Amino acid sequence: MIDLALAYLRDRPLTTALNVLLLAISVAMLVLLLQLGTQASARMGRDAEGIDLVVGAKGSPLQLILSSVLHIDQPTGNIPLASRALLERDPAVARVVPLALGDNFRGYRIVGTDAGFAALHRLRLAAGRSFGAPMEAVLGAEVARTTGARIGQKFTGSHGLADEDEGQDQAHDHAPFVTVGILAPTGGVADRLILTSIDSVWQVHGVKAHHGLGEEHDHHGEREAASGPEPHEPELTALLVTYRNAAGAMRVPAMIDRQSALQAAVPATETARLLDLLGASLEGLRVFAWLLAATGGLAILVALVGMVHSREGDLALLRVMGASRGQVFGTVMCEGVLTALIGSALGWIAAHGLIMVARVNFPALAELGLAAWTPLPAEAALAAAVVGIGAFAALVPALRVYRLDPVLVLARAG
Amino acid sequence: MQLTAHDLGKTFGGRPILSGVSLCLAPGDRALLLGPSGSGKSTLLNLLCGLQRPDSGRVTLGDTPVDDGVRRRHFGIVFQSLRLVSALSLRGNLVLAQKLQTGGSDPARIDALLARLGIAQRAHARPHELSQGEAQRAAIARALVVRPAILVADEPTSALDAANAAAVAALLGELAEEAGASLLVATHDDRLRPHFARTLTLADGRLAA
Repeated sequence: MIDLALAYLRDRPLTTALNVLLLAISVAMLVLLLQLGTQASARMGRDAEGIDLVVGAKGSPLQLILSSVLHIDQPTGNIPLASRALLERDPAVARVVPLALGDNFRGYRIVGTDAGFAALHRLRLAAGRSFGAPMEAVLGAEVARTTGARIGQKFTGSHGLADEDEGQDQAHDHAPFVTVGILAPTGGVADRLILTSIDSVWQVHGVKAHHGLGEEHDHHGEREAASGPEPHEPELTALLVTYRNAAGAMRVPAMIDRQSALQAAVPATETARLLDLLGASLEGLRVFAWLLAATGGLAILVALVGMVHSREGDLALLRVMGASRGQVFGTVMCEGVLTALIGSALGWIAAHGLIMVARVNFPALAELGLAAWTPLPAEAALAAAVVGIGAFAALVPALRVYRLDPVLVLARAG
Repeated sequence: MQLTAHDLGKTFGGRPILSGVSLCLAPGDRALLLGPSGSGKSTLLNLLCGLQRPDSGRVTLGDTPVDDGVRRRHFGIVFQSLRLVSALSLRGNLVLAQKLQTGGSDPARIDALLARLGIAQRAHARPHELSQGEAQRAAIARALVVRPAILVADEPTSALDAANAAAVAALLGELAEEAGASLLVATHDDRLRPHFARTLTLADGRLAA
């Protein structure tokens, strides 16, 4: 009966193609929305894990989270070096991880930080060792893979956080980095980062830090400071804070917000807000996609009702040849289900193919960590729902066929 | 196996179509069911094939009442107009008929039958691509491909001229004999009488004595 259903589908290629296309578009949209929502949520959750608070320059708290946790936006500015000591003195704070941003290598951000960053993100080395002396760098797994960098190789960063043309004019040729380690893949933001010491970042920009991190000194440098106290002061971009206990959540943000140059942003709050915004804008698309799926179901219904009418002679002949009522019912059901199955399969492939193409053409998606071929369990449920629409659409014509009296058809046929 | 109809009666809308019809088709019989339009020939064939249930009487093949399953396993039926499933090729129709009967297909049987009927070169043609004559032979092939015990044909020559009608009648007889099937042909065409050893005449829903 499946062979016969396929033969009937092939017999009206235009109608079949249209119905398959409608369902494929709807499935592709639904899978894309599902992937985008789920992967963005998972990515944000994963990258923000262990970070209770981010302290940075005043500005948009969402921008602060995006730039310092997800590394997909420009920082809000720089903050005084003394901010770190301020936080470390608080007994409710367990860990403070400093970040100094400003440069990139082929579009991958160079992040000045310390060993706390590796501990925070549970990073493991796949090769080499961690950075120690200034100008030593450890590459994320994706950075190493795409640039083909090896241990011992040197590279120079360019000013700015993205691989833009103007950045090439500001290459820091005078201060090359040497690769001393490569991280194991994490599936998180660290895969796309280049880690080095804070001193390295300062050194690249001509800021001297003879006394180490955490102490306040006067230095000269070229770092851009949107809101720093002095243009040539050694500064940080942000601080990732982990609380020792719940009291931190009560006291630390308020203490930070009292500082004129600082703001505190809670990753959980900001990512939830971002996902809410994203969800609201995706909801309309999701409704549209389901409407499209319903239209596909309606098109199957119309096609099959027309088919039953025009081919009742065929169906009567099948009964005469010995097909049971159930078999002719099954043939029509198969047509609806097969149409929906093919549409679902094509839509699924199209969605994941689109993600793959989009990753290549839109670096922001790659930075978001959107993976192309990571099927979600919900996609199976989604495909099953669309196949269910196909089956439901086929039910009415299939029941008509079930009740078909071959003798009446024979009498009409003469 | 012997096909037996015993005292069949059928009414439609209160009007009697068949009344007290009894007949017997022994293995190897070649019978012509002759009667004018409206005499009840098609209704009688439907009852004999298990496509309709009689209001009274019964139809058996051997000792078994004829139903959908018996029809699928033991009957080959040729209709005047409904010949082949339109979405399938000629060969596809024959494969489908075999699959409906046994669940499998017998390509050798299909090839032999298509060659015997002179339509082997049209095996992959769709029904609408066949000529009237080819379609008629294709319908006969479809009915015979399942090796039926009973071959039934309803007005198989109605669209044909006298020469072609005689040729089809002769062909049905030969093929039924080759297949070891009993043959029952319903027609209003008196010209076919010479091709059958036995003629059953139906008039006003009753078989003539």
